[in-house]
Amino acid sequence: MSARHVIRPAWREKPRFATKAAKAVAVVVVLGLILIPFLVIVSTSLASNREVVDNGGWVLWPSDPTLRAYRTILTGGIVTKALGVSVALTVLGTLFSLACTTFLAYALARPGVFGGRPVLLLILFTFLFPPGMIPAFLLVKGMGMMDTYAALIAPVLINVFNLIVLRGFFQGIPEELYEAARLDGAGDWHILWRLVLPLSKAALAVVSLFYAVSYWNAWFHASIYMESDHWPLSQVLRTYVIGGSQIADTGLSEAGLVSAPQTTQMAVLVIATVPILLVYPFLQRYFTKGVLTGAIKS
Amino acid sequence: MPTVTKDRAETEAVKPPDRRDNGSSGGKPGRGERWKRFQRTRFLVLLMAPGLAYFLVFHYGAFIANAVAFKEYVPFDGLWASPWVGTANFERMFGDPDFWHATWNTLFIAVLQLVFFFPAPLALALLLHSLTSDLLRRFTQSVIYLPHFLSWVVVVALFQQVLGDTGLLNTTLGDAGLHTVDIIGNPDAYKPLVVIEVIWKDAGWGTIIFLAALMQVDEQLYEASAIDGAGPWRRFWHITLPSIRPIIILLLIMRLGDILSVGFEQMLLQRQSVGPEVGEVLDTFVFWQGIVGGDTGYAAAAGIFKGVVGAALVFTANRVAHRLGEQGVYK
Repeated sequence: MSARHVIRPAWREKPRFATKAAKAVAVVVVLGLILIPFLVIVSTSLASNREVVDNGGWVLWPSDPTLRAYRTILTGGIVTKALGVSVALTVLGTLFSLACTTFLAYALARPGVFGGRPVLLLILFTFLFPPGMIPAFLLVKGMGMMDTYAALIAPVLINVFNLIVLRGFFQGIPEELYEAARLDGAGDWHILWRLVLPLSKAALAVVSLFYAVSYWNAWFHASIYMESDHWPLSQVLRTYVIGGSQIADTGLSEAGLVSAPQTTQMAVLVIATVPILLVYPFLQRYFTKGVLTGAIKS
Repeated sequence: MPTVTKDRAETEAVKPPDRRDNGSSGGKPGRGERWKRFQRTRFLVLLMAPGLAYFLVFHYGAFIANAVAFKEYVPFDGLWASPWVGTANFERMFGDPDFWHATWNTLFIAVLQLVFFFPAPLALALLLHSLTSDLLRRFTQSVIYLPHFLSWVVVVALFQQVLGDTGLLNTTLGDAGLHTVDIIGNPDAYKPLVVIEVIWKDAGWGTIIFLAALMQVDEQLYEASAIDGAGPWRRFWHITLPSIRPIIILLLIMRLGDILSVGFEQMLLQRQSVGPEVGEVLDTFVFWQGIVGGDTGYAAAAGIFKGVVGAALVFTANRVAHRLGEQGVYK
């Protein structure tokens, strides 16, 4: 442990060696339990098929790294297509969700809005009675949205938790700023766009991350609403890495992926995870700032 | 969380929002007042429209579509033309051993989660909070939040890689000449396995709320008690725990209200590996009956059962919290 960043307050007794050692072991075990599986997946995806088979199914550190598995799946075929679907779905879905959530949260955060209180109660009530799976399914079917991408966005457009986080954040903006802007002659739209949104970057960043991650990871709705050639990556990953009875009719078997070597399967797993790993460090610092100020004001 | 917003909404409604609104604050506003208020805030009303439409259609619309539970659903006729059958679906459900299997599995997993998963974030948060190295703490935080953002598909695949027949654990045990363990696909190991998975995925993320609560404990309390001679254990017992008790109770109530949801995606992904006897929970029961089996009205009935029990549980848990003098989720 580094001695440079020590923040032990004066009243706290100097920890005994045994305590320190126990804590160090605990931290190392926790970190290892999370990081080693990641390492194994990435290493296996980079190893040669031969090495993986020789080693009994997995590799901790590839002796001769190769990108062959990635080349196989990214040069056309079902994974490449699913990747495109996932990217488009995530971008569009996040934009729609973020816009609708922001607008609603802002309107509900301003005092004296016509209908504000009934609408808020209406929304909070859905917490108590979330819509069931079957009614939601019938609704999507009844609205003719089967096998359209709208079926993957519209039913999950606004997340109540995200709405409440944003509303709480907007309510934290001091009233004087609005009055000052109004005195300067700024209109409603101008105030929202030039004053409120720039001040709320941290909360907006966190909420976009939540939406983007949930769109990227979603597979269930795709599995019940979409034909297999419109599937996003997570659903493709599900059918042939985890397996299941549906594989035969998905076209995956023709693509040769069912009998795909371990390396290829792990490569798909990595591709499904990498975007999250990439945006994560940039947004992570906002978590406490954005989420907490909005959510735990109690 | 709903607490805050509701309280806030109440105070807003009571006090006049701004000076111009004084006229409407006393008594019930008349039609003219309301029209004026609409005129003044029509920009905000417009902003509210798309979101409100979403909730009306996909939450309240779906709520109405629950009527299918009282019908014999014929896909060709659609929801409204299908014949009513009264409570036949519910009667059938209460006599269906598969339904009771699913309910039993759900409760069993829920209790395991409550005992092992619920305290895990608190323990982790206490460990993190006690680290004196800021750098190490922040690094550990970044790592343990990460699994929360992975899809269940990825998490389940990861566990199969590590714990499966040819996985990391078993090949290592085999190489060392030890007994291998049968975990993936073993019905006896299924319930502990799904709880370990959820701990791996979400215990780290759960620390956020406890860490925030721990940060808010007044340092002076610790200092004063340390000067009075209280050791680390006594400080933990008499200062830390009482200070974060409201947040623990709040989270417990929210968990109790949601106790019949034990992780739909997670269970659906692994149900096939052990079969319905062991792996079916209420959510997957609804899915299997209604969407795979096409027994729509019957599945909707099971969904309603789950929803009603859930709402009753929130209500009761909140009542109990008030009795105990805690704040609870709502007033």
